[in-house]
Amino acid sequence: MTQYILRRLLQLIPVFFGTTFLIYVLVWAVPGDPFSGKCGQVACPQAYIDQMTAKFNLNDSIFVQYFKYLGRLFTGDWGETFNGNSIGDMIATAYPVTVRLALIAVAIEAIIGISAGILTGLRGKGFLDNLVLMSTTFLISLPVFVTAIVLQLVLGTEWGIIDTSVSADATVGELIVPGLALGSLSMAYVARLSRTSIAENRHADYVRTAIAKGQPRSRVVGVHLLRNSVIPVITFLGTDIGALMGGAIVTEGVFNINGIGGLIFRGIQNREGATVTGVVVLLVVVYLLTSLIIDLLYAVLDPRIRYD
Amino acid sequence: MTDPTVAGAPAVDPAALSRIDDSGSGPQKPRSLWGDAWRDLRRKPTFVISAVIIAFVVIVAIAPGVFSSRPAGYSNLDMANMGPSADAWFGYDNQGYDVYARTIYGTRASLLVGVFATLLTVLFGGFVGIIAGYYGRLIDSILSRFGDIFASLPFILGAIVILTTFNAPGSNPGAVTIIVQVVSSIAILSWPVAMRLMRSATLVAKQLDYVKAARGLGASTPRIVFRHLLPNTLAPVLVYATIALGAAIGAEATLAYLGIGVRPPVVSWGVMISDSRDYFRNDPNMLLFPAAFVSITVLAFVMLGDGLRNALDPKGR
Repeated sequence: MTQYILRRLLQLIPVFFGTTFLIYVLVWAVPGDPFSGKCGQVACPQAYIDQMTAKFNLNDSIFVQYFKYLGRLFTGDWGETFNGNSIGDMIATAYPVTVRLALIAVAIEAIIGISAGILTGLRGKGFLDNLVLMSTTFLISLPVFVTAIVLQLVLGTEWGIIDTSVSADATVGELIVPGLALGSLSMAYVARLSRTSIAENRHADYVRTAIAKGQPRSRVVGVHLLRNSVIPVITFLGTDIGALMGGAIVTEGVFNINGIGGLIFRGIQNREGATVTGVVVLLVVVYLLTSLIIDLLYAVLDPRIRYD
Repeated sequence: MTDPTVAGAPAVDPAALSRIDDSGSGPQKPRSLWGDAWRDLRRKPTFVISAVIIAFVVIVAIAPGVFSSRPAGYSNLDMANMGPSADAWFGYDNQGYDVYARTIYGTRASLLVGVFATLLTVLFGGFVGIIAGYYGRLIDSILSRFGDIFASLPFILGAIVILTTFNAPGSNPGAVTIIVQVVSSIAILSWPVAMRLMRSATLVAKQLDYVKAARGLGASTPRIVFRHLLPNTLAPVLVYATIALGAAIGAEATLAYLGIGVRPPVVSWGVMISDSRDYFRNDPNMLLFPAAFVSITVLAFVMLGDGLRNALDPKGR
């Protein structure tokens, strides 16, 4: 097991360097003057250009720049934007909001998706099954921003149940509807995944044994069946947490949430290279570590899987 | 999941019989996986419905003039923000454009992006996947890690970075340039999925006896790959491609909504949705009709992929 973890961690290293270098090149090695439009309507004064060139090592080759940047990053220094704002502070305010949103979205996915999956998986073919199948197909075909805008339009503007934009605090209550919009796509996948899984395992030998032993139905379903069927669902949810923590740009934009998505979008639009690279490095690390944890979780949930 | 009516039908499937009895070489040739799948699919209502919708969308994309008497640029400012009427079925937008005419003419760009992004994803991903799976060992490790680099970038984030790198905010590249850029950024970020599918299918298929037999008979590598492996690894990738085509159309709309994808003067569903961003509260038909077209088209492709998956899965029979 330890050996497996070590091997996986070693495999993460080239991927980490590859992805971050790719982004660094895309952001910093753009043809064109990095200072165009940075100083309002006038050209930037030479002193400012010199100072910024030194600050971001713009005179070095792109490889040297990249490794100098990573070197500072490993000492915990996220660097500063062109205006001198600390990127570390900006991430520290924005990231908790994004994490909260992602967790709410995943909680909604898990609760609604798994319940729908269990209901239809146990019943088999019928009206409810068709209803869930149809509605999940429909949800899959809606782009997230359509779901978000329609929810905002109907619940916020028309019925006035929610505020159309989330306040700076972004409390859990305010984030429920955005979380629903964000999680709707994966909710559909979770429902389908758990439906197939339950339907497959429903006739397994160990379920028949449990019924034959005379165990109550609640225990057969709740303990024996569910525990075995939920494994693929949990892996999916885990991957989704990793993805949602970096991919909420659209939802955050629609509901005006001050999360990491907005930070990165503004960073790209204003060509704040340091912000973009900083956030992307963070997101890539989070994504790679979650996928590693998911792989290890397999072995915990399913004792048949052994990593030797 | 065979249809119960099929399973209960009194007619005996001659293909099934000839598979049981090898000596009975009757006039009916044993059907391949694809022949069986096609038999299955023709009877599925969801498959027929989605195929009809897709055929309709393709026809609209090829000949939009047949469906709309007005060109996409038709504008009548007097009618701005009017709701649906007999004159303009989907109403007018804030600039007096006929939403119906624009939706019809927007089909082509949206579909083009979807088709080409999927083609590029599947061809490149499939090629890398079959190479990685066939050669294994070091080549497999290198190609897999290379794929991981692109897979670990969140999709929207990666697309934004790529598209803004090549077009500074505020610039307006030509229609062809921006479509090519959107297509390639979707493909660059999604090819690892096709690669993984192809790789795992190849890993299974290359252990099978007929591949070993072919190799034993001295078949060349290209022959093994194209004549023996490819026909048997195509099914999962094809299913993915169908669903990915729908997803690519949705992605086009999302990128246009963010203001970095296809942009005017090109008309696409995504562009229309993007134009409606600031006005849809007063004029919801500006948003809802193109969004409905996106959703219905994506829905058709997802249903097609679902049907294909069930038909091609031998376990389901």
